[in-house]
Amino acid sequence: MSAARLPVETPLAWRALRAWCYRQAKTWRTLVTMSLFYPTLYLAAIGVGLGSLVDHHLAGVASRASLGGVSDLAFVAPGLLAASAMQIGTQSATWPVFGAMRWDRTYASQLATPLRVVDVLVGHVGYIVVRLLATSVVFLAVIAAFGVVASPQAVLAVPAAVLTGAACATPLFALSATVETEVAFSPLQRLVVVPLFLFSGDFFPISRLPGWLQALAEATPLYHGVALCRGATLGRLDHWSMLGHLAYLVALGSVGLAAARRRFERRLAR
Amino acid sequence: MLAEKLEKRFGDFVAVDGISFRIERGEVFGFLGPNGAGKTSTMRMVACMSPASGGTLLVRGMDPHRHGPAIRAGIGVVPQEDALDGELSVLDNLLVYGRYFDIPRRVARQRALELLDGAQLSGRSSARVESLSGGMRRRLTIARALISRPELLILDEPTTGLDPQARHLVWERLFQLRREGVTLVVTTHYMDEAEQLCDRLVVMERGRIVGEGSPRQLIRQHVTREVLEVRLDDGGYAGVIAALTSAGLADRCEVLADRLLCYGADGDEMLAELDRRRTELGRIELVSALVRRGSLEDVFLALTGRSLNE
Repeated sequence: MSAARLPVETPLAWRALRAWCYRQAKTWRTLVTMSLFYPTLYLAAIGVGLGSLVDHHLAGVASRASLGGVSDLAFVAPGLLAASAMQIGTQSATWPVFGAMRWDRTYASQLATPLRVVDVLVGHVGYIVVRLLATSVVFLAVIAAFGVVASPQAVLAVPAAVLTGAACATPLFALSATVETEVAFSPLQRLVVVPLFLFSGDFFPISRLPGWLQALAEATPLYHGVALCRGATLGRLDHWSMLGHLAYLVALGSVGLAAARRRFERRLAR
Repeated sequence: MLAEKLEKRFGDFVAVDGISFRIERGEVFGFLGPNGAGKTSTMRMVACMSPASGGTLLVRGMDPHRHGPAIRAGIGVVPQEDALDGELSVLDNLLVYGRYFDIPRRVARQRALELLDGAQLSGRSSARVESLSGGMRRRLTIARALISRPELLILDEPTTGLDPQARHLVWERLFQLRREGVTLVVTTHYMDEAEQLCDRLVVMERGRIVGEGSPRQLIRQHVTREVLEVRLDDGGYAGVIAALTSAGLADRCEVLADRLLCYGADGDEMLAELDRRRTELGRIELVSALVRRGSLEDVFLALTGRSLNE
C-alpha cells in the first residue's frame, strides 16, 4: 500500500494529448477538408488573380527586386503558411482553453485522474502542436503543388510554422486561464490577429512600411514566423538572421508556457 | 484514509478549519452539513485535487503532495456538477476517461459496456450526452468514475438536483458498490441520504466537525428517543414548554419557525400530558401534533442550533 509506483507507464501528459486527438478524430473529415480548402483557396486567389496582376504590372522593375527576385506567389505562399499557423494557434488557445476551464470542465475531469496540472497543460498544448503539424504539412504540400517551392529546405517550413503557431498559442493559454469571461477573445482576433496578418510581411515586405510601423511589425511573432517559413521555401535559411527569428519564437513560446503554467496552477490547483 | 487537523484557506477565508477523521476500507463515510460548511473543499483535498493548507492527510496510505498521481489512479471522483464531454457519445465519455488511467482500449470498452449496463444506460451508449436527463448524466458520471475500478469512490452531493426516482436509482447503485467492497465517501446536505447510506458520518458546520459517529450513535448521543412535533395556530409555545418540562417529560424544546419540537423519552406521554392540561393551557389550539423517532435532522439541530431546511 505504501509503494508509490505509478501503476502504468504511459506519460501523463501524453494521455491528455491522446484524449484530445481522440476527440478530434471524430470530426477528422471536416478537419482534412478545411486544411486543404483554406490554402488552396488563398493560393489560387493570390497566384492566379492578384499575384499575376502584380507580377505583370511590375515585372522586372522595383517590385521584383523588393520581393527578392521571386514571383509574388512564391513570396506570399510561405507568409500565408505562417499566418495560418498563427490563426490556428490563437484560436485553439482562446475559446477551447476557456471552455475546458469553465464550460465543459475538461481540465477538472482530467485532474481527478492521475494527471497533474502540468500534464493537463502540456497535453493540451501538445495537441495544438499536433494540429499545427498536420495542417502545416498539408499547407506545404499545396504550396508545392502550386510549384513555388525552390529548395529541399522547404520541409523546414513545417517546423517553422508549427513553432510560429505554438509561440502565439502559449501566451494565450495564460490569458485564457486568467480572464473571467470570454468577451476579450473576439476583439483579440479582430484587433490583434487580423492586423498581424496584414502587416507582418506575409503579403509585402515590411520595408514598404513607414519606419515606426516597420519597427512595430518586427516586434510581432508573425513577422519572425514569416521570415523563417519564407527562408525555408525559398532555400535561403543559411543566413544568420534566421537564428534571431528562431530565438525570438522559442523565447516567446517558452515565456508563454511558463506563464500559462503559473496561471493553470493558480486556477486549477486551488 | 486519515486526516489530522486538516485545513483549507483561500486568502483570509478559512474553508476547512482543522478537521480530523479516519475512514476505514469498505465503509460508507459521510460529510453532512449545509452549503458552505466546507464539504466540497474537504472532498477536493481528499481526492488529491487540491492541496491542503495545513495539517496532515494520508489517502490510500500515501501523501497526496508527493504521490498524487499514484493515489488518484485508485480513486474515482463524482463531482458536484457533471463535467461530461458534451461533444462525445455516452460510450466515448467512458472510453476517453479510461485512457487517462491508461486502461487498454479493449479492456476499457469491455468495462464501459458493463458499467453502462449497471447504470441502466445500455440503450443510450451512442447517444450524445446533451440528450440525457439529469439523473442519467449523474449515473453516467458515476459510471465514468468507476472505469478504473477504484477502491475508493468520492461523491460530492451525488443526488442534489435529482428527482426522487432518480435519487433512488443512484442510491441503489451506491448500495451495490458498497456490497462489492468499494469504500464510499459522500457529502450531502440531505438528512435522509446520510441516514440511509452512511455507516459513519461527521457533521460539519463552518469548516469544523461538530459531531461524529454512525447515524444511530449520533441520534443516541445528541437526541432523545422520541420527538413530539407540535403546531399551534397562535404560537403560544411558552406554556407548552413550561408544562412539559415541569412534568419532567421533555428534556429540551426547540422552537422552529413553523413548529415546536419537544425532545423526551416518550412522545405519547408528552402528548397525553398536553391533553390533560388542556383546560389549564386554555386558549391553546393544537393545529397538529406528531410523535416520531429522533432523527439526524434533530442531531443537526442540536449540534448547530439551526435547521437544514433552507
